[in-house]
Amino acid sequence: MSVVLQEPVALDESVPVRSRRGIVWETVKRRPSAALGAGVLVLVILGAVLAPALAPYDLHKQAGPVFGRPSWGHPLGLDDGGIDMVTLLMWGARISLVVGFAATFVSIVIGGAIGVAAGYFGGKVDTVLMRITDYFLVIPDVPLMIIVAAIWGPSLFHIVIVIGILLWTSTARVIRAQVKSVRERVYVKRARSLGASHTRVVFRHVLPQVAPLLIANTVLTIAVAIFDETALSFLGLGDPSRISLGKVIENAFQRAAISTGAWWAIVPPGALVAVIILACSLLGGTIEDALNPRLRVAHLSARSFRLRPLVGRGREAL
Amino acid sequence: MSLLAVEDLNVWFDLGSGRELHAVQGVGFSLEPGERLGLVGESGCGKTTTVLGLLGLLPPSASVSGRVLLNDVDILAGGEETIRPHRWVDLAIVFQGAMNALNPVKTVGSQIVEVLELHEQARGRGARVRTGELLQSVGIPPDRAERFPHEFSGGMRQRAAIAMALACNPSILIADEPTTALDVMVQAQILELLDSLCSDYGLALLLVTHDLPVVAELCDRAAVMYAGEIVEHGPVDALYHDPRHPYTRLLFAATPDLYGEGMPASIPGAPPRLDRPLVGCPFHARCDRAFARCKDERPLLKELDAGRSAACHLNDVVAEVV
Amino acid sequence: MNQNGNRPLIAVEDLVVRYPVARGLGGALARRPRRFVHAVEGVSFTVKRGELLALVGESGCGKTTTAQAVLRLVEPVSGRIEFDGGDITALQSRALRPLRRRMQLIYQDPYESLDPRLSVRAAVEEPLVIHRLGGSKADRRERVRDALARVELNPPELFLDRYPHELSGGQRQRVAIAASIVLGPDLLVADEPVSMLDVSVRAGILSLLDGLREAGLGILMITHDLSTAARFADRIAVMYLGRIVEEGPAQSVVRDPQHPYTKALLSVVPRRDPRERSKREILSGEAPDAVRIPSGCRFNPRCPIAIPDCKQIDPALEPAGDHLAACIRA
Repeated sequence: MSVVLQEPVALDESVPVRSRRGIVWETVKRRPSAALGAGVLVLVILGAVLAPALAPYDLHKQAGPVFGRPSWGHPLGLDDGGIDMVTLLMWGARISLVVGFAATFVSIVIGGAIGVAAGYFGGKVDTVLMRITDYFLVIPDVPLMIIVAAIWGPSLFHIVIVIGILLWTSTARVIRAQVKSVRERVYVKRARSLGASHTRVVFRHVLPQVAPLLIANTVLTIAVAIFDETALSFLGLGDPSRISLGKVIENAFQRAAISTGAWWAIVPPGALVAVIILACSLLGGTIEDALNPRLRVAHLSARSFRLRPLVGRGREAL
Repeated sequence: MSLLAVEDLNVWFDLGSGRELHAVQGVGFSLEPGERLGLVGESGCGKTTTVLGLLGLLPPSASVSGRVLLNDVDILAGGEETIRPHRWVDLAIVFQGAMNALNPVKTVGSQIVEVLELHEQARGRGARVRTGELLQSVGIPPDRAERFPHEFSGGMRQRAAIAMALACNPSILIADEPTTALDVMVQAQILELLDSLCSDYGLALLLVTHDLPVVAELCDRAAVMYAGEIVEHGPVDALYHDPRHPYTRLLFAATPDLYGEGMPASIPGAPPRLDRPLVGCPFHARCDRAFARCKDERPLLKELDAGRSAACHLNDVVAEVV
Repeated sequence: MNQNGNRPLIAVEDLVVRYPVARGLGGALARRPRRFVHAVEGVSFTVKRGELLALVGESGCGKTTTAQAVLRLVEPVSGRIEFDGGDITALQSRALRPLRRRMQLIYQDPYESLDPRLSVRAAVEEPLVIHRLGGSKADRRERVRDALARVELNPPELFLDRYPHELSGGQRQRVAIAASIVLGPDLLVADEPVSMLDVSVRAGILSLLDGLREAGLGILMITHDLSTAARFADRIAVMYLGRIVEEGPAQSVVRDPQHPYTKALLSVVPRRDPRERSKREILSGEAPDAVRIPSGCRFNPRCPIAIPDCKQIDPALEPAGDHLAACIRA
C-alpha cells in the first residue's frame, strides 16, 4: 500500500541552503576584500596577457635617457637601459605570472595527489608520504636554486621546477586533513561498503568535497610562488634571458638605481609584486574563510536579543 | 500567584532581507513550586526556543515579546538587565547536550567552583566544599571532583551538568532533552535523579523533550507544542486517555509502546513553515479530522475544563452538539 | 525459493571480534601486555528470509560491531558467518563483491548517509553502476523509479532531481533505503534506522521495512529502543558486553523475560500510559568497558540476583521459558 507523501521540502531561493560552490560564490560577491582581490588579479592578468598589444613602447628599444624621470610620456620613468617602465612592468608581470602559475600547477598536482593518497589510504601509506613531505619541507629554496643553477644553468624551466617541488608540502598537508575528514563521512563509507572501487570513491565522492579548498589553496600558492620567483630573480638566480619583475628590480639594483635616486626603477615593480600577492591572499583567504564553518563567530557577540513592545494580547497579536 | 507564569511569549528570528521566522507564537503556561511540567514536541516546534527565551539566552537576531512573571515580577520587561540577576539563581537550565559542553581541559570540580564564584555564592574553600555537596546530591562521589570530563561516563557527565545547574539553589530547573543521548538504563537513573531532586529540594521542573513516554513517567502535567504554539495543555493522564487535540492523539499513536497492542502509525506530511504567515489551523493539512473551518480560521487555545486547554475547533463542535 | 527450505539467510556461529587498544610508545617500551576491546565475544544467531531480528542492547554491548562483522566490514577474530549456505567468513574482497549486492546496510544518520552533491536519481542509480547492473540507461532509470516507488516516494518523478538538502529527514532515509533495495538484496542490515528521525515519522519508515520483510527480505535491525523492537521485530536478541544474553520470539522475550538484565531493562522502559508505571529495577552504575570483562557471568557485578557461583560460571545460551537465556538462575 503506498502512501502519497507530501511534497519534498521545497527549495526556496530566499532561504538558501547553499552548496559549497554557492557559498564560495556568494562570499566572494559579498566580501569587498575578495572582490577587490579578484578584480585586481583580473586587471593584472589582462595587462600581462595583452602586453604585446597594449604596451606603449618597445621592450628592447631605448626610449629615452638612462633612468629618465617620470613624465607625461613615461608615467613611471625609464630604467637603466632607457626602457619605459610601464612597458617593462607589463612584460615583466607576464613572466612573473607565468612562472607563478606554472610552479603552482606543479605544486598543486604533486601536493594534491600526495594529500589525497595520504588522507584516503591512511595507515602506512600516510606515514610514508608524510615523512617524505617533512623532508621536502626543510629544504631551503635559495641554496637549492643556487645548486640547480650551478649544475644545470638557470632557466625558466628550472625555476618553475624548483619552486614547484618546494611548495607542494603545505598543499599536501591541508588536502590530507580535509580528505581524512571526508573519508569518515557516512556516505563515503557507504559507497565503499556498496563495493565501489577506490577510484570511484575518490573521484566521485571525495574530490568534489575537497575541490573548493584546493582552489583556495591554489590561489594562496600562486602568491607564494610569485614571491619566490621574484626573490630568486632578484638574487640573480633567474633566467637571464627573460625579464620578470624580480629581474627588473635586480637590474635596477645592479645598475645603481639607488645612488642615482631613481626610485621609479625599483618601487613600481616591487609594489606590483606586492599588489599581486596581496590580491591573491585576499581572494584565497576569503575563499578559505567561507569554507570553514568554525570561523563563524556571530554567536560570541556581546549584544543580546531585542525586546518588542506588546502589540496586542493573545492570538490577536499574530 | 504562580512561581513562574509565562504569558503570550513570542519569539521572532530575523532572517535578513526583511523576513522573519516566527518561532514561538503566543506561548503561555504556569509553574507552581515543586510541579513537574513537560513541554513536548518534535523538532522545530519551538520548545527549546521558548526556554531559551525564558532565560534570555537568545541570539541578537531574535526579538522577543511577552511577559515572564517570576513571583509576579516580569523579568523580561527590561531584557538582559532584568533577566540576568535571576539567571541560574532562580531559573537554571541543563542544556541539550550539556554533558558534551563541559570544558575538557578543566576538572569537573573546578567548573562547578567557577559557577559558584561567578554568581558569588561562595569562594575558595567554601566553594570547594559546596561543590562536594552538589556532586554528592547528584550521586557522584565528591572525590571525583578532581577528574576531567573525559574520565566520566556519559551518565555521570549529565549528572555533573545537573549539579552545575543546581549550584545556586534555583527554585526552577529547566531540563532540555536531558536523556536523549543516553542508554535506557542511564536514562532511568537520570530521570530518577531528577525526580528525587525535585522532591528533596522542592524544585519545580520544566522538562523539554520529544519523548512522550518520558513525560508520562516524570511529569504531572504537559503542554504539547506544534508549529510554535501550545496546542494542548493538561494533566498527562488526561492527555493520553482523553486527548482534545488530534496532534496529541496522533503523536501518542505514533509512539511505540512495549506492551500495547497494534502498530504505531506515522503522521503524514510535515510541519508548516514558520517564516510565512499561517492561515487556519497549523495542523489542518495533516489532521485526520479536519473540516471546513480548520482551513480558514486559526483555533485559539481555549480552556476546556479546570487545568485543561486545547486549540482545536473540534472542541467547539462537541460543545455545540452537547 | 523453495529449494532453500528453511535454510537461514544468515547464520552466525561463535563470532568473536576484538580491537587492540593502542599502547602508545611508552606502553610498548614498558612491555605492557596488549589489551583488547572485546567487542563481540562469541555470538551466534540466525536470520531467515521474511524475518526481522532485532539486536537490542545499550551502547558498548557489541551490537553494531556484530552487524558490521556480518557484512564483513570488520574482520572477525574467529567464528563462522554463513550467508545463504555459503561460508563467507574468510572471503577476500574480490569474492565478496558479488555478495555485497545481496546484503545492504542502512545507516543511522539520514543527514549524513547521502552525498550532498548527488541528486536522488544519481544516489539511487550509483549502486547499479558500481555493480554493472541494468543494461541500458533506460533500464537503470526504470529500476530507480521502481525503487523509489517501493519506498513510497510517490510519484518518483517528483523526487528524481531533488538534492538531499531539499528533503526532510524521513524522505532522506527513504532514499537511502531505495538505494539499498535497488540492487535487490536478500538481507538488509538496519543500524538504528529511525533514531535520528522525529517520532511522527518513525512508524512510516519502520512499516516500510516491515513491508520489505513481508516481501521476503531478511532484516537485521540494530536498536537500543526496546519498544520499537517489541512492535516491529519477529525475534529479539538482547546483548550485553559482547554476548547475547537472551534470545527468542519478540513477544516472548518482552512479556516473559528470563534473564535478569532483560528484566531490568524492560522494567525501566518508559510507557506511554501514565497509569502503567511499573516497578522499575534501576541497575546502579553503567556497563563496564569491554576491555576488562568480569570473570564468570559478565553481568554478575550488577546483577540483582547474583549468587557466588555467578562469579565462576560463564553461562551459555540455554533454553529458558520458551526461548533462550544465558543465566544459571533462569
